[in-house]
Amino acid sequence: MTILKSREAILALAILALLAVIASRFPAFVTPGNLARVLTDTSPLILLALGQMTVILTKCIDLSVAANLALCGMVAALMDGMGVPLAVILPAVIVMGAALGAVNGLLVWKLGIPSIVVTLGTMTIYRGTIFLLTNGAWINAHQLSDPFKALPRMVVLGLPIMAWIAVAAVALLGLAVARLPLGRALYAVGGNPHAAGYAGISVGRTQFAAFVLAGALAGLTGYLWIARYAVAYVDIARGFELDVVAACVIGGIAIAGGAGTVGGAVMGALFLGIIKNALPVVGISPFWQMAISGSAILIAIAVNTLGRRDPGRIILKQAEART
Amino acid sequence: MQAEPTAPVLSLRGIVKTFPGVKALDGVRLDLFPGQVTALIGENGAGKSTIVKVLTGIYQPDEGQIMLDGRPVSFPGAQSAQKAGVTAIHQETVLFDELTVAENIFIGHAPRTRWGLIDRRAMRARAAEILRSIGASISPAARLRDLGIASRHLVAIARALSVDARVVIMDEPTAALSHKEIAELYELVETLKRQGKAILFISHKFDEIFRIADRWTVFRDGAFVGEGAMAGTSEAELVRLMVGRSVDQIYPKRPATIGAPVLTIAGYSHPTEFEDITFTLHAGEILGFYGLVGAGRSEVMQSLFGITRPSKGACRIEGQVRVLRTTAQAVDAGIVYVPEDRGAQGAVKGLPIFQNVTLPSLPRTSRAGFLRLAEEFKLAREYTQRLDLRAASLDQNIALLSGGNQQKVVIAKWLATKPRVIILDEPTKGIDIGSKAAVHDFMSELAGQGLAVIMVSSEIPEVLGMSDRVIVMREGRLAGEFTGAAMTPENLVRAAVGISQQEAA
Repeated sequence: MTILKSREAILALAILALLAVIASRFPAFVTPGNLARVLTDTSPLILLALGQMTVILTKCIDLSVAANLALCGMVAALMDGMGVPLAVILPAVIVMGAALGAVNGLLVWKLGIPSIVVTLGTMTIYRGTIFLLTNGAWINAHQLSDPFKALPRMVVLGLPIMAWIAVAAVALLGLAVARLPLGRALYAVGGNPHAAGYAGISVGRTQFAAFVLAGALAGLTGYLWIARYAVAYVDIARGFELDVVAACVIGGIAIAGGAGTVGGAVMGALFLGIIKNALPVVGISPFWQMAISGSAILIAIAVNTLGRRDPGRIILKQAEART
Repeated sequence: MQAEPTAPVLSLRGIVKTFPGVKALDGVRLDLFPGQVTALIGENGAGKSTIVKVLTGIYQPDEGQIMLDGRPVSFPGAQSAQKAGVTAIHQETVLFDELTVAENIFIGHAPRTRWGLIDRRAMRARAAEILRSIGASISPAARLRDLGIASRHLVAIARALSVDARVVIMDEPTAALSHKEIAELYELVETLKRQGKAILFISHKFDEIFRIADRWTVFRDGAFVGEGAMAGTSEAELVRLMVGRSVDQIYPKRPATIGAPVLTIAGYSHPTEFEDITFTLHAGEILGFYGLVGAGRSEVMQSLFGITRPSKGACRIEGQVRVLRTTAQAVDAGIVYVPEDRGAQGAVKGLPIFQNVTLPSLPRTSRAGFLRLAEEFKLAREYTQRLDLRAASLDQNIALLSGGNQQKVVIAKWLATKPRVIILDEPTKGIDIGSKAAVHDFMSELAGQGLAVIMVSSEIPEVLGMSDRVIVMREGRLAGEFTGAAMTPENLVRAAVGISQQEAA
């Protein structure tokens, strides 16, 4: 626990240091208004990172989240085009995202296919479905209704609804992880599947639940994304799943499962979001942006690995001594 | 039998190997002679596997000398032992399923062409030659995954011979073989003997030791006890040497009043793991399950806990028939199982101590679907205190605890479910003496409170010191039940290794 806490402290310090460096060259970046904009920009990443975190905690990975997002977003846009009211579209995309996640979860749970294979496959299928729905056509701003486009941008108490949704998701997931048996099960399943099984916790069902949650968040984010950028097409958010995984890794979510916190995932997403937003402002080329994001991932993994090495070695020695 | 040869090929003198908290080998000696089979005999934990690892260069001894042809040598790694001609055929043969037989035999030392590429033709030819020399009719081009267990064994043996072995170590080679395959293996051992190889044969089965070994060496608790020629010994003497020690630890077994039957198991069978297991467990009783490693004890316990399903048999708890298909049902019926392998099956690393304790009790500590951390803390504190857990805080990650304290957390976890039957699988394996005493003390206290305890243990002093009654298993079946004066080390070992009973049990 102390390691985990200090890891998050390190990440928080890194974010503050990053902001300080940026502020020294471009003070306007750290004004409250701009920080709010960065938070809003990063909201999709935060939402997906939360879902991805629950999946990774159970020793799985979901590569289909960005495709899920794009498909749900497209369906939302198509529904809007048919005149369906927003009050129906919102729950519909969440349910649809959850259903797409449930497909992943069922394949992992019932057939025991490795999640990376399952979600690689569904990722392609979900993207392909968008193409089938639209024949590759774009849906542009003028084809979307005004209420549809307005909701994420509506400002309440100084922040757009989009940012508030991310904040609410963080709070709810934080509560769920700390206080619901499912939250505990995520850690138990990832930390030691055998022990979890012995304690009466179903490993497969827990993984299924994580995929459903990740899918639901992706569906919701799909609507927010399309509405905010006011355009929908096949390649929306292509490659975004890697940013999401990167945010989790930077946030200290162990890729082997069983360790990581909501706070870590959020900070990992914010770290990437700040870099993405700041570098163009400071005048650093997009090439450096990718290199810096990549370095951040490697450094985060190195820190995680070093932090975990010691206890493992002690246990191995005892295991040897027993033979 | 051959005459006593003059000089051993390989001899070990005064080998000491210490692991944190355990002296695995304490000044042992071992001589291996050319053209002879030396049987290494000892109980579980006598140091047999450790000496094999020393011989094959996997472990470095802390003290002592290894002599090859009378000259001191050292094996700093597996390669150097192999180069010196020492090769082992392991308990679980380490082979590669997706490679061919020839590739398996020559992995790591394949013949090369003059361009440095692997010379497949030479490799196949030499593999065929070696296979022929051991009388194996296996094609070198066959994929390993298509072979049966006996053929795989032959491949492992061929691999051992492909490096010009002078010393061949066979670690329980017949454990997984059928009768016919065992006969073939014996012939092979004879072939190797004729070729002048020195063979170290590790086995628990006395019949095969007497059949193929020329010499014997006995280890006990990591120490050398004796050696000699098979011709001049008897089963009785070897058993006496294996177990003959004073029970020097004081066991805190308190006499408990044995109550009514709690758990009655009748005719439990499993297609591959065990057959016709029948016993009754009473309240307040500690029932010991003794047997060699792999006798099927843990498998029976896992079926009692709903992890595997028996194909036949009935389970009654306090007279009522219960079906145990899932662990949740078992916990609900009042049975809990503390597994042997804490690392793999017990502790959830990454969760703090108190959350490890409450994992199976969450329905009880939560309300309206929400966890109540305060309740969890209370429960965890209650049970960890009773076990005298040494931890800075219950909020601490369990991975930071020592093995003994992790074991206490795992036991506390199951006690917190308020069971009627508790199954402890090797409860003190790999933990230090102090923690052992605490676990024993607590076990005794549990029985005193009327809990029915099953203790699976491979340590004879522990079994004898703690149990009211002992059931011995061998090769998946019950091999004897002992109470009172019949609970002697000799009787237990006889039943476990399958020597005919000289006295009625």
